[in-house]
Amino acid sequence: MPNNLPSNKSAALTEAMKNRILILDGAMGTMIQQYKFEEEDYRGERFKDWHVLIKGNNDLLSLTKPEVIRDIHSQFLASGADIIETNTFNATTISMDDYEMASLSREINIESAKLARAVCDEFTAQNPDKPRYVAGVLGPTSKTCSISPDVNDPGYRNITFDKLVEAYVESTLALMEGGADLILIETIFDTLNAKAASFAVEEAFEQAGVTLPVMISGTITDASGRTLSGQTTEAFYNSIRHIKPISIGLNCALGPDLLRQYVVELSRVCETFTSVHPNAGLPNEFGEYDLEADEMAKEIIDWGKEGYINIVGGCCGTTPAHIKAFADGLTGVKPRALPELDVRMRLAGLEACNLN
Amino acid sequence: MSQATAVFTNVGERTNVTGSARFKRLILEEDYETALSVAREQVESGAQVIDINMDEAMLDSKAAMVKFLNLIASEPDISRVPIMVDSSKWEVIEAGLKCIQGKAIVNSISLKEGEEPFIRQAKIIKRFGAAAVVMAFDETGQAETEDRKFEICQRSYRILVDQLGFPPEDIIFDPNIFAVATGIEEHDNYAVEFIEGTRRIKQGLPHCKVSGGVSNVSFSFRGNNPVREAIHSVFLYHAIKAGMDMGIVNAGQLAVYDDIPQELRKAVEDVVLNTDPGAGERLVELAPKYSGMAQAEKVEDLEWRTWPVEKRLEHALVKGITNYIDEDTEECRASMDKPIQVIEGPLMDGMNVVGDLFGAGKMFLPQVVKSARVMKRAVAYLDPFIDAEKEEGATNGKIIMATVKGDVHDIGKNIVGVVLQCNNYEVVDLGVMVPAEKILQTAIDENADVIGLSGLITPSLDEMVHVAKEMKRRNFELPLLIGGATTSKAHTAVKIEPQYDKGVVYVNNASRAVGVVSNLLSKTQKSEFLSKTAAEYVKVREQQARKKPRSKPVTLQRARDNAIQIDWKNYTPPVPKKLGVTEFRDVSIKTLRKYIDWTPYFMTWSLAGKYPRILDDEIVGEEAKSLFKDANEMLDEYEKSGALKPLGVIGLFPANRVGDDIEIYTDETRSEVLTTSCHLRQQTEKTDFPNYCLADYIAPKGIADYYGGFAVTGGLEEDDLADAFDAKQDDYNKIMVKAVADRLAEAFAEYLHEQVRKEFWGYVPDESLSNEELIRENYQGIRPAPGYPACPEHTEKKKIWQLLDTEQRIGMQLTSSYAMWPGAAVSGWYFSHPDCKYYAVASIQKDQVEDYATRTNMTLEEAERWLSPNLGYEPA
Repeated sequence: MPNNLPSNKSAALTEAMKNRILILDGAMGTMIQQYKFEEEDYRGERFKDWHVLIKGNNDLLSLTKPEVIRDIHSQFLASGADIIETNTFNATTISMDDYEMASLSREINIESAKLARAVCDEFTAQNPDKPRYVAGVLGPTSKTCSISPDVNDPGYRNITFDKLVEAYVESTLALMEGGADLILIETIFDTLNAKAASFAVEEAFEQAGVTLPVMISGTITDASGRTLSGQTTEAFYNSIRHIKPISIGLNCALGPDLLRQYVVELSRVCETFTSVHPNAGLPNEFGEYDLEADEMAKEIIDWGKEGYINIVGGCCGTTPAHIKAFADGLTGVKPRALPELDVRMRLAGLEACNLN
Repeated sequence: MSQATAVFTNVGERTNVTGSARFKRLILEEDYETALSVAREQVESGAQVIDINMDEAMLDSKAAMVKFLNLIASEPDISRVPIMVDSSKWEVIEAGLKCIQGKAIVNSISLKEGEEPFIRQAKIIKRFGAAAVVMAFDETGQAETEDRKFEICQRSYRILVDQLGFPPEDIIFDPNIFAVATGIEEHDNYAVEFIEGTRRIKQGLPHCKVSGGVSNVSFSFRGNNPVREAIHSVFLYHAIKAGMDMGIVNAGQLAVYDDIPQELRKAVEDVVLNTDPGAGERLVELAPKYSGMAQAEKVEDLEWRTWPVEKRLEHALVKGITNYIDEDTEECRASMDKPIQVIEGPLMDGMNVVGDLFGAGKMFLPQVVKSARVMKRAVAYLDPFIDAEKEEGATNGKIIMATVKGDVHDIGKNIVGVVLQCNNYEVVDLGVMVPAEKILQTAIDENADVIGLSGLITPSLDEMVHVAKEMKRRNFELPLLIGGATTSKAHTAVKIEPQYDKGVVYVNNASRAVGVVSNLLSKTQKSEFLSKTAAEYVKVREQQARKKPRSKPVTLQRARDNAIQIDWKNYTPPVPKKLGVTEFRDVSIKTLRKYIDWTPYFMTWSLAGKYPRILDDEIVGEEAKSLFKDANEMLDEYEKSGALKPLGVIGLFPANRVGDDIEIYTDETRSEVLTTSCHLRQQTEKTDFPNYCLADYIAPKGIADYYGGFAVTGGLEEDDLADAFDAKQDDYNKIMVKAVADRLAEAFAEYLHEQVRKEFWGYVPDESLSNEELIRENYQGIRPAPGYPACPEHTEKKKIWQLLDTEQRIGMQLTSSYAMWPGAAVSGWYFSHPDCKYYAVASIQKDQVEDYATRTNMTLEEAERWLSPNLGYEPA
């Protein structure tokens, strides 16, 4: 376990965020892709006889190729990341079930958190003035709670709120056990899934008797400016602010150019710290992300200077070079100051409804 | 409504089974579709929050709540507003909260059963992040007096805020509205108790809100709606002044305070404010006089007709309504000094609203096109007046647009044109197949600001390069826009931009066009924008140059050595049942529409999603439904009138492979070659796959094999129909008819292919596939089209024309770039071998191009020009 008490960590984080823009790491998935692993790499010794194909189960690599995950973490930390994300984007029982590995969910969450913890502690030991943090990642899962998978039956759902809560409680407890400093609920396509996650996180904190800071990050899926489940940025914010996260942000789907207007919007409406980790542009015709580090950093640094952000990192396609460019460019740039907002009832459907 | 109501939040109550008999019946009958329309109407008529209640003894309330909320989630028109989950059963509320992604309101909790359940429920609500209605109700009962109301609310507030940390701004107190004028003296002061209670709650309990069920207050006057409406209105007038923030009110059942007849208003006021003991009786006496008062017939749709004319014009533009545009435009013209002011003022203001909504993603392309139709109608109405005064409107700039020489495809160009016009740019549309010379001369004559080129087929890319070179040669200064399906940023950067240095910008979709053009025409931003774009293209070129070939090229000989090996010894090609050419002049739209693949139709309109799922899409579903309906109505009409007649021709012939060519013979003697169809072979290094070439699927000489060709069009009338719409300033239907004709042509190709497989060639007489399976190509044999990846060279179409006598028989033509006219057309080859598949020839090398040039009787240069998108090398 980390030697800091969670409440101290939380205070230290808050303090740090008041003074500088914190750097989050870059993409795990696209980094792993570069290794071009094949089925047997994913299987390793332990799963060599697994009964279904598991190529693509990146979170499993925490068990079968831990040195690779450690190396990626280490590259991002060396590039200047303050916070690294555990390799657990799809590690809930629900997503693991796609590979019939739901029973491994807990182990993968624990081991992934431990991996990240160990690398972070190494870097913190080398440079105690720059403590590094482990964000335990809760991904969106492969199912959505607000949208029917069956076009002919819009009232149907293939997942329930309760099942999501159950899965997220298990993941959260495991991430805490593995040494996560905070919990990051990210790439939220469907706010109802995120609500289930936040509901579960509170439940897990209650069970563990420890409360960690929570970061939340939604995804605007296209130029319509909405989440997949149809909410605007502000509606999304209104729908999840009740859990009092340390930060609320946006990630994935868009590159910084297209995301900018929503970052501005979020910065305006959000009373807590803001985080952003965009993709390295939109995928090209080959499905690759090719916005380069310096180019992407230009926009990111501008956001910093404009005072839109408190935490920034990268999503799909971003590499240690990107993170380094952000970290270097944002050194000495003042973080976003928290706005004082009126006390109002802030309701939301797909759109925000702020009553006088 | 009065000033005070502007700050009042209206909660819709029609989706409440306890309050609406109609809604209850719909839910009990499980007519959820109509039940949803009740919710939708409510939101449309101004409810800012909708209350949903399923508390009915005959109902599994929890299941009904979950079902209805899940359905609402797929209806963006409804779910855009917050939801109030209303039930007296806690389990129903909890189940409801688990279905709502937004921040909802729970209705309600109270201290009725004591503190323990109140605290437990409040904690759960807080964890869901919902707000809560808290009734002024405690262990001893409902609060009736001002004092009791305040005491219970205060006690609840202290528990919630101090003890549980519940956000005070998320508390809504309902201090109970009871009926007045019941004849019972104790009830007379109920309205006053509520109003004064509200005042104290709002003053004493910071940030909370006050709400109530307003219709209760007039309960004694059931059956007399005019009086009830008057009571609601007067009650609200005073309660809102005291601080009431929200309420469950049927907006349709609310009189306008100032419109209530003086006599009635006075009587109602006396009752509500309980001025004297006789007030109730006086109103009871007066009420019958007003019971028959003709209720203002509320035809909801037409309410906007009462607005000021500017607002009406804006509404018509945003909603795309043409019905009244002439009279509104006339009314506006009559009130202005000059007709041009109507355009520059209200019409442009309206279009700006449209532009903003579109930019914000709140309107979709087809809606914008409908708006443009309204705009054009209005402008057409004004034109004679403007001409009479000989003045020109000020526009943002003039843009020449054209589909380049050799190409007939213009749907995308028309859409861009419409979007630009919506933003007050003057568009000079030169149509299709426009030679460079004409484009450039028009630009000079018209003193244009920008030139925009469009094209769909690959040879158009070269034509665009040509136009750019010409502009350079003639010292043009205008920026050049590039768009269309085959164009790309990479092609623009690598091939076009280096030819012309005054600005070349690739525009990837219609919605970007306005931003680009406004930058280009801005004195202050133009140079920065152009240098930014240029820098971007330098980067694209560098990236392109760095891109290693994805796989290594091989020599043509090696590629041929790795051809697919088909075992002709053990395979007998099927013999067509009917050889020769067959015309199809009488295949009805009715037959063909069953074969339509609708997904690309929605793509034409920039709506992304697969049919039929797109019809229920949260964001674009409604628009998709309306587009789908309009297309089907158009099909119905043409089916009936015959104004658009699909035509097709097929032919099946004896044929054999010779190298990478296919020789097609006049008859079974196979002695006279009718024509030779030439094909290209993949020329990159393959490890596990052969280097494909279509010719390989036809048997070599000595084995009797066959080959076919086809050409179809949605109808030769396409352009005339589109022009007729154009003449009526109806861009929407102009684009629609082309999109529909396109679908018919594709459907026809699908239909004929099926006919060929089952009858004419007849190699699978028993095939029975659904349209879905047809779309997924789950059948034996393929029909590759010249110009597409498996046979990318366009001039091969002329062989189809020659074989089938296409132009003579059905009137379809080929342009100089080998685009087919009419635009809604498909042509291709038939292959029957079961191993046939589609693939892309992709990058080829000089040895193959030389070989191909010889086979097709072209010079190397000509061959390189026609194959330029596939060249894996830089031609000399």
